[in-house]
Amino acid sequence: MIEGLLGKKIGMTRIFVDGLDCPVTVIKAGECYVTQKKTRENDGYDALQVGFGEKREDRTSKALLGHFKKASTPCLYHTMEFRAEALDAFKPGQKINVGGVFKVGDFVDVAGVSKGGGFAGVIKRHHFLGGPRSHGSMMNRAPGSIGSSSYPSRVFKGMRMGGHKGNRTTTVENLRVVGIKEAENILLIRGAVPGPPNGLVIIKKARKKKHSKGV
Amino acid sequence: MAFIMDIEKDYLRTDLPDFRPGDTVVVNVRIKEGDKERLQAFEGVVTRKKGGGTRATFTVRKVSYGVGVERVFPLHSPSIESVKVKTRGKVRRARLYYLRELKGKSARLKTEQEGE
Repeated sequence: MIEGLLGKKIGMTRIFVDGLDCPVTVIKAGECYVTQKKTRENDGYDALQVGFGEKREDRTSKALLGHFKKASTPCLYHTMEFRAEALDAFKPGQKINVGGVFKVGDFVDVAGVSKGGGFAGVIKRHHFLGGPRSHGSMMNRAPGSIGSSSYPSRVFKGMRMGGHKGNRTTTVENLRVVGIKEAENILLIRGAVPGPPNGLVIIKKARKKKHSKGV
Repeated sequence: MAFIMDIEKDYLRTDLPDFRPGDTVVVNVRIKEGDKERLQAFEGVVTRKKGGGTRATFTVRKVSYGVGVERVFPLHSPSIESVKVKTRGKVRRARLYYLRELKGKSARLKTEQEGE
């Protein structure tokens, strides 16, 4: 058992589940290859390195080329390690099927790089409400007070202010898998997922929520 | 996009009859009450069809006790048991919002003659 996979966000649509409307994100989680096995004896922990997204051989560095040759996989854009159990079932070069990792009804955490928004003020970036817009108000989209004066004489770290919005790794937790198409390695996940269409997403079994039994 | 249309294909309904804005239809909706299920009919004029794929909806308008009621149905929803076309209306617009302004006799639509 492996705890996650890499995939590509395709886009969103809506489907009907049990007669009810359900917004879903379509993710293509394949072809995923095992590029390396990490074992307790060798590395101190059990894990699988998974590669995703084929690329041309002449675009691959010699170092990576050797790595992929050794595992006898195609050249891949992304590789990432996932914790895994029962490693004997896996060997380098093997394709991992979505159906073997997730099933309908599972909860997953999905990570991706959120869409960048450029330099944005606090209203757009942190959903501040802003000040009154008329009646002579001069505090329109300003952030307001950012702290006290003589004590502490500094601005606390992490104070929400304007700056670059988005374009950072974000995880959405506890999304439900509502559909799987094994032949095409497609996952239908209820709700929205960070990033643009064609962006890389990391799908892991939910860390906090228990897996539901059956559907 | 091709991928998404492929996925939506599994959820599209092909059993519903072809109907257009202007048609008078009866929509039978499944309603769940506890663990019992019953059908509720909604009869009126189709005033709009919009959207594509699984997102497509249509609007039915009727006048109930003198009050105009419009209900939007997802075209491919499994909770729609059936749609029956009662009459085919002859209209020159795709969106019949002008019916909202009309009452009584003037709110009637010409029906299409068979074989025309």
